[in-house]
Amino acid sequence: MKEVIELIVNGESHEVLVRPNDLLVDVLRDVIHLTGTKKGCGEGDCGACTVLLDGAPALACLTLAISCLGKKIETIEGLSENGKLHPIQETFVEKGAIQCGFCTPGMILSAKALLAKNDNPTNEEIKYGMAGNLCRCTGYKKIIDAVAEAAGRLPQDEH
Amino acid sequence: MNTNRKKYDFSVIGTRVPRKDARDKATGAVQYTDDLKMPGMLIGKIKRSPHAHARIHSINTKKAQSHRGVKAVLIGSEAPTAYGIMPQLPTEFALAVDKVRYVGEGVAAVAALDAKSALEALDLIEVEYEPLTAYLTPEEALQDTSIPLHMDNDGKPFRFYEAKQHFGDVNQAFSRSAFILERTFSTQNVNHVFLEPHSALAKFDGAGKLTIWSPTQVPHYLHRTLSLVLDMPMQKIRVILPAVGGGFGGKSEVAASELCAALLARKSGRPVKLTFERDEVFFTNKGRHPMHLKVKIGVDEGGMIQAIDFDTLMDGGAYLGWGIVVMFYCAAMIHLPYRVENLRFHGRRVYTNKPTCGAMRGLGGVQPRFAIESMLDEIALELNIPPYEIRRMNSVESGHTTALNNYVRHAEYKKCLDRVVKRSGFLEKHKKLPFGKGIGLAGGHYSSGTAYTLYLAYKPHSSAIVRVEPESGVSVYCGAAEIGQGSDMVLGMMAAETLGISFEDVQVYSGDTGITPFDLGSFSSRVTVACGQAVKNAATEITKQLFGVAAVALSIQGEQLVARDGKIFSQYEKHKSLDFWDAVKKYIAAYGPLTASGHYTPPRRSAKGKVQGGKIGHSPTYGFTAQVAEVEVDTETGEVRLLKMTESGDCGQAINPMSVEGQVEGSIVMGMGQALFEEMVFKGNSLLNPNLHEYRIPTMMDMPEIDSEIVESYDPESPYGAKECGEGPIQPVIPAILNALYDAIGIRFTELPVTPEKIMAALAGQKKENSIE
Repeated sequence: MKEVIELIVNGESHEVLVRPNDLLVDVLRDVIHLTGTKKGCGEGDCGACTVLLDGAPALACLTLAISCLGKKIETIEGLSENGKLHPIQETFVEKGAIQCGFCTPGMILSAKALLAKNDNPTNEEIKYGMAGNLCRCTGYKKIIDAVAEAAGRLPQDEH
Repeated sequence: MNTNRKKYDFSVIGTRVPRKDARDKATGAVQYTDDLKMPGMLIGKIKRSPHAHARIHSINTKKAQSHRGVKAVLIGSEAPTAYGIMPQLPTEFALAVDKVRYVGEGVAAVAALDAKSALEALDLIEVEYEPLTAYLTPEEALQDTSIPLHMDNDGKPFRFYEAKQHFGDVNQAFSRSAFILERTFSTQNVNHVFLEPHSALAKFDGAGKLTIWSPTQVPHYLHRTLSLVLDMPMQKIRVILPAVGGGFGGKSEVAASELCAALLARKSGRPVKLTFERDEVFFTNKGRHPMHLKVKIGVDEGGMIQAIDFDTLMDGGAYLGWGIVVMFYCAAMIHLPYRVENLRFHGRRVYTNKPTCGAMRGLGGVQPRFAIESMLDEIALELNIPPYEIRRMNSVESGHTTALNNYVRHAEYKKCLDRVVKRSGFLEKHKKLPFGKGIGLAGGHYSSGTAYTLYLAYKPHSSAIVRVEPESGVSVYCGAAEIGQGSDMVLGMMAAETLGISFEDVQVYSGDTGITPFDLGSFSSRVTVACGQAVKNAATEITKQLFGVAAVALSIQGEQLVARDGKIFSQYEKHKSLDFWDAVKKYIAAYGPLTASGHYTPPRRSAKGKVQGGKIGHSPTYGFTAQVAEVEVDTETGEVRLLKMTESGDCGQAINPMSVEGQVEGSIVMGMGQALFEEMVFKGNSLLNPNLHEYRIPTMMDMPEIDSEIVESYDPESPYGAKECGEGPIQPVIPAILNALYDAIGIRFTELPVTPEKIMAALAGQKKENSIE
């Protein structure tokens, strides 16, 4: 049975027609056309589909779209403002933390959630906070460097 | 990270510029294949075999066809032409024809209005199988010859491929060796685990032309294979690469996603997108071959290698793939980075009823490197020679020719060893750490491209066009496949350096057979040298034209001119200068459009005399690396912590050191996964872990401290002195870790992966042995 629901994605309202078992990742990608959220495994293992629900990281491939009613959904497309990169995006670019880029949206959103809780994380805290996001290209070193660097660049209200 | 001092005065080469696609990748704007949508697009899905080996008696698609969402159903007999990345021995089909050979092999495909309808339709397809004996190990497959997996081109049973090479006189060399060590090793089945599953979008236009978007490493070989399997001319097919989410060799062969999307698009008359689920990536895996190795090394009393006798039994899985090439690469990899004159290779790659093995990062090298570097360590300890010394004394240097006739035009391997030992404190720590902690050294090398195309054509392996126009800017066109490794950046930097302009001002167009000139693809670490040379040649031709114009405009000799910082000026009198774009405008006004092409063909080296597979494994130039691993073993749980990896690498001149580090760091973490936990596990006919929670790759929590260094190096015959850096650095990782494990607990592991269970069993055995003593 399909139902029209309202999803708030990156501060914008979307009325979408969903089945009760439709996954957030598919609704974001196929219905709202926000393809920045990636599907690497579909089983909650790789973290590429990470989005923020009310600020907390969630795996969109394990999340039912209807369960997001009334929640603030944040995807990678919502980070940059007026064409200006978010500091985490900036440092990922500058530090060489991006190769194939498929894990990047999920990584950046996990980093955002981490830095919101801990504005000056140690390398170990970064590793612990982002262990749910797999990357096969970089060996993670430059991602950790980028997150550490971004911590120092975040505007105060994001801390 | 220490970067090398700049030997040459470059303005772009050697700088840490961010790659141009990084911004769009950081915002999620960049499009991968599965992100693409098209009006009228259908979704394709593949029905897969539950049997490891079975005859297909019938396939009934009637019910599926009558499903209201279904627009086309396809079975193997509709595309009965076999193909293979090695065109001489085609074994594979778009979908199984007559027989299935592994669990998960595609038997039918549908295109439907949406994924739900497609999946429902798959369930409606009825396949009648006659199960056959399945062979799950090479040993079984060699013993029971009753039901061959394949027939060869002459219709004879084709159960395995065998290779033999012999150089020098191995028996005689062993007879004069002061010490001989013989060991066996075994390695496991490993998957690439690129994060982006295979996906393809195919569309026919009204004139019958096929365009396919796919994340392939080999647009050219995909182009050829589509032409073969769809029986249509190459000139009516265009292959385009959207962003590619990693490859590591796993996208270096044609995938069923590509063939089925194209066939379904033709049948339905609509665009079809077919994206694999993660388990389908594992089923159609063409990852690293499991190998059983039997290796014998003889040395003289000083530790100089006299001979190597090498035997490998390779579990090839169901189809051929890159298999034969991998086997001969394995044979070739034994000839470096140490001098060996007497060498015997025997290899058998056996078909089994499992997913096919193929090319994976560092193909052919990782398994023999594991064996040989482990054995060198053991020999060194036996002869009481430091492990560093035995490697150094046997190392090749620039100008070395191997017994296989590989020519090493440039090598800084000794420098890598010297530097890594110094930086890691290896000599101070080795054999001196407390029980449970250890340090290990290993080295390795890799080719920077091959000497031949797979179908032995004489055409250049890479071509490039540079087009300079005030309106469109500087455009570089090359068929190279940007798969995430950064080839667009490398080629753009080389063009910018040659033209004397900034990297920002160069636009690279790659991976589109419709607009970019011919290139073989991204494999065997060939792109920086081959495509780099083609681009550099084309850009050099442009500067030559511009120098002619500038020479007249400035009234000086053309050979005194240099191009740099957006200007063309006299190297002796800098004020005699012309703006780059002014020179371009003058040229175009006088002569017309300013374009140039360049190309590259590697030296066609092969073994001397008649040697089986003697054309395989030759490369224009080789990269080298040495690594030191430091580990800590929890003797209560068997858990291994890789604490630190120190690396010194010879990749020639680093075009972009930040990218080189990325390749090295990624290689180290990938190699660590294979050393300690990654394994595709089979039970009965089934792959038990076709997912990323049971097939575990390293996470951030597993990673060691990594300290890599680019040693000062410059290959004068390479474009801007560069060599490979993406496959060499994975070679020493496993043996460095295992040598460190020996140093930590006195146990030499020869079976991968070294899991906590294996460690606990070995420690228990050690305890028992000690108590008996």
